[in-house]
Amino acid sequence: MSENIDNGETALALLRDMLRIRRFEERCAELYGESKIRGFLHLYIGEEAVAVGAVRALGPDDAIVATYREHGHALVRGVSANAIMAEMYGRREGCCRGRGGSMHLFDAATRFYGGNAIVGGGLPIAVGLALADRLQGRAGVTAAFFGEGAVAEGAFHESMNLAALWRLPVAFFCENNFYAMGTALARSESQTDLCAKAAAFGMPATKVDGMDVMAVHEAAREAVRQVRGGGPVFVEFQTYRYRAHSMFDPDLYRDRAEIEAWKKRGPIHNLSNRLKALGKLTEAQFLALDAEATKEVEAAVAFAEAGSLEPIEDLALDVVAGRKR
Amino acid sequence: MRISYREAMRMALHDALASDPRVFLMGEDVGKYGGSYAVSKGFLDEFGPERIRDTPLSELAFVGAGIGAALGGMRPIVEVMTVNFSLLALDAIVNSAALYRHMSAGQFHVPLVIRMATGAGRQLAAQHSHSLENWYAHVPGLTVVAPATIDDARGMLAAALAEPDPVIVFEHVMLYNVEGELGDAWREADLRSARVMKSGRDVTLIAWGGTVGKAIEAAEALAADGIDAEVVDLRVLRPLDDATYVASVRRTHRAVVVDEGWRSGSLAAEVMARIMEQAFYDLDAPVARVCSEEVPIPYAKHLEDAALPQPAKIVAAVRRMLGGAAGASR
Repeated sequence: MSENIDNGETALALLRDMLRIRRFEERCAELYGESKIRGFLHLYIGEEAVAVGAVRALGPDDAIVATYREHGHALVRGVSANAIMAEMYGRREGCCRGRGGSMHLFDAATRFYGGNAIVGGGLPIAVGLALADRLQGRAGVTAAFFGEGAVAEGAFHESMNLAALWRLPVAFFCENNFYAMGTALARSESQTDLCAKAAAFGMPATKVDGMDVMAVHEAAREAVRQVRGGGPVFVEFQTYRYRAHSMFDPDLYRDRAEIEAWKKRGPIHNLSNRLKALGKLTEAQFLALDAEATKEVEAAVAFAEAGSLEPIEDLALDVVAGRKR
Repeated sequence: MRISYREAMRMALHDALASDPRVFLMGEDVGKYGGSYAVSKGFLDEFGPERIRDTPLSELAFVGAGIGAALGGMRPIVEVMTVNFSLLALDAIVNSAALYRHMSAGQFHVPLVIRMATGAGRQLAAQHSHSLENWYAHVPGLTVVAPATIDDARGMLAAALAEPDPVIVFEHVMLYNVEGELGDAWREADLRSARVMKSGRDVTLIAWGGTVGKAIEAAEALAADGIDAEVVDLRVLRPLDDATYVASVRRTHRAVVVDEGWRSGSLAAEVMARIMEQAFYDLDAPVARVCSEEVPIPYAKHLEDAALPQPAKIVAAVRRMLGGAAGASR
């Protein structure tokens, strides 16, 4: 780890991305309170290290399949904060012209295949994307992000089996935040060691501290290296969401003490403190990164505020090609 | 050339695999076994295991993988053994395949063809015999077709593969062994239009898939009584080609819809509603329908027969509509 963090440039880039997500998400929560954003909104606050470390391990030709808690992944992948914020505002300037909203961000330019709000629903699709890469002789890797709740779904087991059977280039990135909505892992799984599930498919598996972005990044890079030209790999990132499952969730199922304990391990101050201790980051530099993140978010809010509405006449566009119903 | 429906479908698949390297076939027992209805027999040897992919019994994963492969630039053909089993993949079809173009505002689309066997008649009992075409025909984003003829079995697959969006092809199990003449019409097979199979003056029988043959049989029986029935094969269940069947009903002023699905919430109900909306004042009688009885399809032959639409039931429905005098008034 220490040799990795010595690469101050990488570490600072990862810190910057985590701050971008954190400020973006905090602003989303405020905007939700102001009714600017509606529907379901699932915040990623606390889990930033996973998306940042893992997405940054991918190349431009790789593909991503994500969940409904995916703003951070999209942001790090290169979907603009403007396009994401405008999407949450339901504006035509959004990445999906207001069709998807918070849970369904898509971006063809960065091979970002959603934004899937069916738990486990993205996993078979990731297997197929990997199959397409293989059949067309491309060296791409498909990263499938999913929560630990998804391991209870048949889609998880079927997809793990198919990917392992056909040795397809899928990186199964499990974001274990220990709660499937309000149901703790131990209350829903007979086997809570998620890596043991991967072993059942003969798939290499690693458990990683998902609050440590350097550890996440290193593990993800290793996983992607193994997957590229090899077979699928499973990585469990142990992480925690500070906020409730969604804006509708009263969060009655977790101890305050547990939340506070995880917050002490927070990915942003965890990394910034270490960098400061190593003399690779000053408080002034940290504040500058933070201010830059806030500026990006405020610009995105202004962009979304100034956005326009998709004309109602275009309601039935993009149901099937070239046809209106 | 006289061939079977199975052979026509097989030729279509063969053409697709031979002409487009993006096409591959995936499903349970499509390879070594040769296809559960023997449609892909010999393909594994000819095209190899990368393109003729036997899958585990994981409908959700392999249909979903078909979606992903389509997103990734391939033209997958996924075979699901029966429509009953497709319910295990319903999430992938309804929540992903049908929605990606819309949710992504046209950035992504899913050019996937899903073939599945449907229907009853082989005494396969309740978990292998249902007709759930209407479930899929309900969903925006899907195109749903039911080739009923040799020409359509031969021609519709290529048209389906040319679609940029998901297409579900329903192959009725009782059709595979049916033989007929393959002409040239298959080359023009589209995924938009219904077809008048037999023209007539007195009543329009609207059918699709496995019921087209039964409607034609009924029309022949009615002809013996001097009733001239027109038969329309819907061919495409979504989007429905209203123009063709409504025009037919405007000519005949009567319609009977024949649907192997259950009556409640059926596709027949949808067709009847559209006739009512578009041709109410052209009707001489309420539109009637002949559907499956509302029971799970039973095993025993006599019970299975009784549960399904049959030519005799269609004939009876037409006679009821025309009044006891069996068309004498015309």
